[in-house]
Amino acid sequence: MSQEIIKKTKLEIAKTPEGIEGPGFFATKVDEVIGMARANSLWPLPFATSCCGIEFMATMGSHYDLARFGMERLSFSPRQADLLMVMGTIAKKMGPTLRQVYEQMAEPRWVLSVGACASSGGIFDTYSVLQGIDRIIPVDVYVPGCPPRPEQIIDGILKIQELAKNESGRRRHSPQYKDLMNSFGIE
Amino acid sequence: MSKETLDKVNEKLMTQFPGLHLEAELLYNFPVFTVDHTKAHEILKFLKEDPELNFHFLTDLTGMQTADEKQLGVIYHLHNMPKNMRIRIKTFFDISKPEILTATDLWAGANWMERETYDFFGVRFTGHPNLVRILNVDEMDIFPMRKEYPLEDQTREDKEDKMFGR
Ligand code: SF4
Repeated sequence: MSQEIIKKTKLEIAKTPEGIEGPGFFATKVDEVIGMARANSLWPLPFATSCCGIEFMATMGSHYDLARFGMERLSFSPRQADLLMVMGTIAKKMGPTLRQVYEQMAEPRWVLSVGACASSGGIFDTYSVLQGIDRIIPVDVYVPGCPPRPEQIIDGILKIQELAKNESGRRRHSPQYKDLMNSFGIE
Repeated sequence: MSKETLDKVNEKLMTQFPGLHLEAELLYNFPVFTVDHTKAHEILKFLKEDPELNFHFLTDLTGMQTADEKQLGVIYHLHNMPKNMRIRIKTFFDISKPEILTATDLWAGANWMERETYDFFGVRFTGHPNLVRILNVDEMDIFPMRKEYPLEDQTREDKEDKMFGR
């Protein structure tokens, strides 16, 4: 019965991870359960500075409705946030602030760079604009466009979800990850 | 109205400062005065405090640079609201010694505008209470609006000049 309803409304329910199933029990890997939990409870911190931030507002609005996936809880504080969404032109003067926000976030954390400006400085090849946030913090997913359409921002978030879901639980403790952080000068 | 303002201010300044080197002109129907930078503060003070002229409002203050002579300048826009008189004061100095007296003692509004002019043009306003950069990063060692510095970011290696028309 429930299967039928799901088909009719075209709803997609988060799939159960691979595992061994039997009457009354289900066994799977811890990594997969944790990945599923993380991917479906992202807490994004929107760091919006200009036009791309406005586009993000449209994405949050009823028409595009970012919340339709029922997983994100936006917070304007780095506390407990685990997805940093950088949307807009980042001036060099703002660089230290952005970095501080990233450093204050808890592990595991992901970064979504929305738009040409955040990813590469965009059209602002000038003395005052940071030529891409990946000069100061690591970025997981880049969303191209100036500005990107709301669908693209949603796509970016789904890509982050995919990353969170498939990430090994040990990745953040690996020497490679420490090296990556050190290359940005972050402890 | 603008011609009258020009004549009136010109006459007043001439009687107050005899022998002053003053260029007065009407640019796009706007009275513009070019004065010597050593006298600029005195003149501004007079323009503000004279009961008839009473330019009590500093609309704008910024820097400028002429490309040919490498001269640096400061420009003041003054407004008398009750009489709706507006004038512009220009003053130039040598780029090797960009110093001028601050106008913050006359108009408190000059504070940020002078910091901005210092930030972008490197004009040092003597007597300013806090002359540090306001918009750019503190570590910046250039004055971006001066014509000797490139406006593009110099740290890029992925942009080919020929693709960007330069
Ligand atoms: S990428 Fe385009 S739309 Fe986005 S902040 Fe930059 S200029 Fe604005």
